[in-house]
Amino acid sequence: MATNTKRNNVLPGFGLTLGFTLAYLGIVVLIPISTIFFKTFTLTWPQFWAAVASPRTIAAYRLSFGASIAGALVNSVFGFIVAWSLVRYEFPGKSLIDVMVDLPFALPTSVAGITLTAIYAGNGWIGRYLAPLGIKVAYAPLGVAVALTFVGLPFVVRTIQPVLEDLDQEYEEAAATLGASRLQTFVLVIAPALIPALLTGFALAFARALGEYGSVVFISGNMPMHTEVVPLLIMSKLEQFDYAGATAIAVVMLTVSFVILLGVNMLQRWSSRRLAA
Amino acid sequence: MAGQPQREPKRPGTADPPMVRIALIAIALAFLALFLFIPVIAVFAEALQKGIGAYFAAIADPEARAAIRLTLMTAAIAVPLNVTFGIAASWAIARFDFPGKQTLLTLIDIPFSVSPVISGMLFVLLLGVRAPLGGFLAAHGIKVIFAEPGIVLATIFVTFPLAARELIPIMQAVGSEEEEAAIVLGAGGWQMFFRVTLPNVKWGLLYGLVLCNARAMGEFGAVSVVSGHIRGHTNTMPLYVEILYNDYQFAAAFAVSSLLTLLAIATLIAKRFLERRVVPAKQEQDNLAVKVAA
Repeated sequence: MATNTKRNNVLPGFGLTLGFTLAYLGIVVLIPISTIFFKTFTLTWPQFWAAVASPRTIAAYRLSFGASIAGALVNSVFGFIVAWSLVRYEFPGKSLIDVMVDLPFALPTSVAGITLTAIYAGNGWIGRYLAPLGIKVAYAPLGVAVALTFVGLPFVVRTIQPVLEDLDQEYEEAAATLGASRLQTFVLVIAPALIPALLTGFALAFARALGEYGSVVFISGNMPMHTEVVPLLIMSKLEQFDYAGATAIAVVMLTVSFVILLGVNMLQRWSSRRLAA
Repeated sequence: MAGQPQREPKRPGTADPPMVRIALIAIALAFLALFLFIPVIAVFAEALQKGIGAYFAAIADPEARAAIRLTLMTAAIAVPLNVTFGIAASWAIARFDFPGKQTLLTLIDIPFSVSPVISGMLFVLLLGVRAPLGGFLAAHGIKVIFAEPGIVLATIFVTFPLAARELIPIMQAVGSEEEEAAIVLGAGGWQMFFRVTLPNVKWGLLYGLVLCNARAMGEFGAVSVVSGHIRGHTNTMPLYVEILYNDYQFAAAFAVSSLLTLLAIATLIAKRFLERRVVPAKQEQDNLAVKVAA
């Protein structure tokens, strides 16, 4: 529904604001981003390949992707339950919880990192109960997954919540009237409407986890081949002034991020078409 | 509030069995306790483990104060710049049609999808002493990387989309009728901006500012790459937390962390308060649109 107020526009400032927007975008974002690609072109193919496919890098990819998927899956399940409880039920402390869900967005990642480490270390509040069971969280791959679950927590809740709020309960009533059990209604009526939002939330949590550095660096212990995630590997290459190697790995990660972003955009277009239909 | 829509009355066909309800609420609370509430409590418990005196001594330490100063200064530069950008971008995008608008929106989002470490690395590649531009600046005595300007630049990059992303939809929702009326009645461009546009989007603007500020003060990964970790000189608060922690000064690290946690909680409260003001404005517009359509 295009309004035609934008034709014959009497409003001023188009040239000024668009000019400033493009200039600022260019200086702050586009020029810095382009340097990484220019830098990549200065690498020889063997140099590039040695950086992106060394055993240490492959171990880091495996941990980064594995722990990010694990975190995003945990968030999909529990984030869904949290969103469902917040929208459909009344319970004491609900508004406090609704506010707190965004904490991982607002809390600096270094604070999250040292706090999670303190809690899950062998003598920590939670770690001390897990240690006798032989479960090691801090300084182990499990700790990386815990940190990545923390940073991705708001995404699934905040993508499902508005969709659930807008979901017309008449369809559920209709299903109940027609003799569906509550479980059937959930699986056949409610769940299909929420799938695009759930996938979007999963993808956003996954993408965020993939690039995460601050909350992981403390809890992981940073052992190469074992608990080193990709952003950490890039960091250690930068600290050794191996800019070529860092750039090569960064380009791989940037490409993955852009592909995920593209996928999320397509998901959102798909779901808005579905809702419109 | 009288205008607030009341929760819909219980509808029998849509209620879950009580057992299911109780179980789901319990699972949700347990999950959030584990990942949100216990960590927040732990920050303050760890910060106060050596007593209130040690807590205040850690915060009043000269290095801590230098870190607080640098954090405030960084936010004081990055936030106004990005909010100004947000206003300009939302005006151009919400009020005018031009080719490439969708591409522009995608480009504005780029910093969201770049890992903090890579964000910092971009500036090392561009402005480090080995890069042509960085070498030129170094030759003229301007140090950017491993110094404050690098921290500010990296912070501007990571907080770049925040204000614009909040302002664009609000500017669109408010509509341009009042602004057109002002112009037609003879107002100048700036007059219209300060008397009509700004009052209309003020809550959304504040909302974007709060989010941008929280990220600017809390950014860790990107500034960590460009800071060079020079004690008492190029540390923001999140970086200083790392230094204290790696020095095994746990109580001090958590004391500084507790300030950042309070900032985070204040941000969340401000965010909720502002959301309530931003959303009704949008709903009013929607209702108006419905009335006009009918």
